This record gives sequence, C-alpha cells and structure tokens, in this order.
Amino acid sequence: MDAIAVEQVTKVYEPRWPWHRSSTVLSDVSFSVSKGEIFGFLGHNGAGKTTTMKILLGLLRPTSGRIEVLGAPAGDVATHSKLGYLPESPYFYDYLTAEEFLAFYGKLAGMSRDAIHGRIPSLLEQVGLHDARHRQLRKFSKGMLQRIGLAQALIQDPELVVLDEPMSGLDPMGRKEVRDLILTLREQGKTVFFSTHILSDVEMICDRVGILAKGKMLALGTVEELVDGQLAESIEVVCDGVIGTQIEPVRRLAVRTLQSGARCLMVLPGHECLDEILEALRGAGAKLVSIIPHKGSLEELFVLKSHGEG
Amino acid sequence: MQRLYAVAVNTFRETLRDKILYNLVLFAVLLIGSSVLLGTLTIGEQARIVNDLGLAAINLVAVIIAIFVGIGLVSKEIERRTIYTLLARPITRAQFVLGKYLGLALVILVNIGIMFAMFLATVKLSGHPIHASLFQAVELMLVEALLVMAFALLFSTFSSSILSATLTLGIYVIGHLTSDLKTIAEKNTSGVIKSLTTTLYYAFPNLETLNIKGQSAAGISVDLGFQLIATTYGLLYTGLLLVGACLIFQRRDF
Repeated sequence: MDAIAVEQVTKVYEPRWPWHRSSTVLSDVSFSVSKGEIFGFLGHNGAGKTTTMKILLGLLRPTSGRIEVLGAPAGDVATHSKLGYLPESPYFYDYLTAEEFLAFYGKLAGMSRDAIHGRIPSLLEQVGLHDARHRQLRKFSKGMLQRIGLAQALIQDPELVVLDEPMSGLDPMGRKEVRDLILTLREQGKTVFFSTHILSDVEMICDRVGILAKGKMLALGTVEELVDGQLAESIEVVCDGVIGTQIEPVRRLAVRTLQSGARCLMVLPGHECLDEILEALRGAGAKLVSIIPHKGSLEELFVLKSHGEG
Repeated sequence: MQRLYAVAVNTFRETLRDKILYNLVLFAVLLIGSSVLLGTLTIGEQARIVNDLGLAAINLVAVIIAIFVGIGLVSKEIERRTIYTLLARPITRAQFVLGKYLGLALVILVNIGIMFAMFLATVKLSGHPIHASLFQAVELMLVEALLVMAFALLFSTFSSSILSATLTLGIYVIGHLTSDLKTIAEKNTSGVIKSLTTTLYYAFPNLETLNIKGQSAAGISVDLGFQLIATTYGLLYTGLLLVGACLIFQRRDF
C-alpha cells in the first residue's frame, strides 16, 4: 500500500483582480511513495515542492486531482495523528522552552501526559538538544530550531514524516545527523518524504526521487534508474607522450580533448569507440596513464532536466 | 477537547508572557490610583468619582486587550507560519479558532478579575461602600470584552491586522451609538435614511446595553432580569461571530 498517492494534481492560483493573471504552480503532477520508503523531492525554489507538501497536509486545496495520504484523502484530520511535518525555515513559539514546546505538540497529537513525559527526554537526546531542554526557543540558533522542529515532527512516533528542506541551516555535522536520523526512521519502518536542494544527501539516503520543475514532475525513479537511464556513461582516457597531431585521426571520436604538454585527456561517449582510440594511441607510441569510467551524477541529471524545462 | 484545551492554554501562556499585558495592568493601576487622588480633591461625590474612574479604567483595559490582542490571535499564527505545524496535527480548524478564543477569554477574565479586586480594595481603603451594582457592571464589561474580541477574531480570519483593528474599533464605536441610530430612524421622514439607519441599528451590536457603568457608580443596581437578558444577548452574538469565524477559517488556504 502507498503511504502517499498523488494523481494528476494541478494547483492554479486564481487572480485576485481581473487584470491579474492566474498562476499555475502545479501541473498534472502524479507520483506515489510506498510505505517504508525514503522519497526525495528535488527542485529549484518555486518549483512547487512546498505547494505539493501543503496539499498533502490539507493546508492548500488542489484545483484538480486526487491525493491520498495513508489511505485517506489529504487533509483528513484523523490521519494527521499518524503524520509528522517540519516546514521550511520553521518559526516556533519562541516564548516556550524546548520541553514545553514538545509537550504542547504532544498534546495536539493526542498523546497522554505520561506518554509525553516519557517521550520528550529520548527525543531531545536524539536531536542533540538535551542540554537545552529548559532554554526558551528565542535563545536557539537556526540549526537548533531546525532540530527542535524535527523533534516536534517525531513527537508521536508517526508513520509518515514530511520534511521540507530538513537540512537547511545545518552545518555538515548537523546534516550528517539528520541523514542518520532519516535512515533510522526507515529502519523503524517509517515513510519519509522530504524535499531538499542538497543532492548529495539525496544520492546517499533516498530509495526514490522525483524531480519537479516549474510545477511539472520531470523525472521519477531510483537514483540509479534515473542516472543510468537518462545520462550516458562516459570514459576518461589519460595518456602521456603524444602531441596533438598524432591523435588527430581519432579526436573526432572524443566528446572532449584536453592537451597539456605531452599529457592528453580524452572524454569518450561510451565503450564503443574505446578499442579504436586505444589502438590509435598505441600506434602513436603513447603511454597509457588511466582509463576511468565516469557515471553521470544526480546533479548532472538535475541540471539537465531543470535547464531542459527552462 | 484535549487539543482545544492545549491551544487555549498555549494562547493564555503566550499572552501572559507578552510584556504588553503587564503594561496594561500597570496602566489600570495608575488610573485607579488617580481616581483616588481626584476623589480626595472633590468635595462630596468622592465615592462616585472613585467608582466611575475605576470602572472606566477596567473597561478600557479589557477592550484594549480584546481588540489589540484579539486581532493577532489568528493572523499572527499565519504571518509567523506556526499555523502549518498546528494544522498538520489532528486538530480541526474550528478547534484551533475556538482554542485561540478561549485562551484570550481566560486572559481577559483573569485580568478583569485582578483589576476588579484592586479596584474594590481601593474603594474599601478609601472608606466608601462596595455596592452590588459594581459587580453587575463588571460582569457586563466582561461580556462586552468577549463580544468585541469575537469581532476582532472574525476580522482577523480574513484581513490584515491593521484592517482588523480598524474594523473592530469601528464596530465598537458604532456599537455604542446604536441608540442614536434608532432615534435618527424615528425622527427622520426620509424613507431611505429611515431604512438605512434601521438596518444599521439591527445589524450592529448594541453595546450600550452592556454599559451600566454610570448607574453602577452611583450605587444603583439594575434589575436581574435585565442583567440576564443583556448577558444572553452578548453571549449569543459572540457565539454567532465565532461560528462565522470558524466557517471562514475552514475555507482558507495557507
């Protein structure tokens, strides 16, 4: 069963005044997130990631399309007891201490007093804020606010966690801790749906990703599927002892050639022409230094897709 | 119910930790103090002046809290985007709106209670009698504050803080002039003006019904039947406004 099912969702903001134009923020977006999966949602600012998340939570109504979250229509209040959400750049009640803040969200989630008091210490420990538990949130740094925001999203041990840019504002150590936390959630059988700009995080932890640009879903699948299926593998050949004219007959086979003194780097579009190139290099008396297959990265795909849409 | 209570308690805590509230209480203390001072300068009628100024100060503070904290109840949650994490919890929008309202209602109740206790102490220490009419006046002040706050909350569900404050202040002023509208309607022969003023008279709340400060200060009690009707009128009006606020909030996108 899918934790999230989004089918042909479109969101159009109607103009407030007749002389304004309507704006389409999501256009026919479809995807699903399986239970127990970590799904990364990629896209530039304004791509429609936050809008999609708000629709999932019932904060916004779609213009058309169907959305189900944990088997119920989006916005179903009862389902929210199984769901945790961290918004982008969160602002919280800064007059509350970390403990008071989590207790408030625990009550909203319908937890008993005993359950709340049993849960808070371990949760604060998990996000590294145990020492700051009696401190008011107004004295928290941006990174600490991000951590306490994560803690509130997890207060009732939800089945589905929706995180909007959870790594923003965190230093490299903090980012690693959030990555580990997300992986721990998967080990516990939770579903994590999160958006990010940091592609290396997505490559490291996501089971599947979706790339959104200008309100359209451009690519969907595992990182390997997307990169292997949509980006060609290239091969870098480095050799010594050749000059430009000696390799002129095979230069056309390379995508790119760089010559520095007697060292030459050639980027080949694939394995097909490798033998021909190596033969030509041997014939010219070149000494082979390295042959490195170069797989495309998610970043390249992201740039390619985003530019293609732009 | 637990969730509504949690929102109410959080609103109560937020307002109490807001320094503006303490300033308002200080303001009331100063006003009550000055009423004692003025009372000593006036020959005769001291008790009435102390009562007049004390009740007016309590009324003013309660209405200021109702309007200026009331308009921020919902709009602040939207502007600061705390609404996102709240509504992502298993809480209905109506529970959220009512929880916010009850939290501030509790703040106003506590404030009026404290100010009234200080006022009674002032009256007692000045050697004047404490009339039952003072309790009647304060009860209706509380009802008025609850009604004005419901207006502030209703406006803040669909407009900016500044517009909400302006509209609520406008309602408050007109609400105290509705009896004049009725007089204009009765005395005017023009059909258009007559129907316009009559419509306005019935559309706006009659806040003067809830104002018995003048006679209470003089120690004259109102009939208990009137007190009950006025209270019911104010609370019913408040209930209708809250239903309206919940319906509007239900339809909003964030």
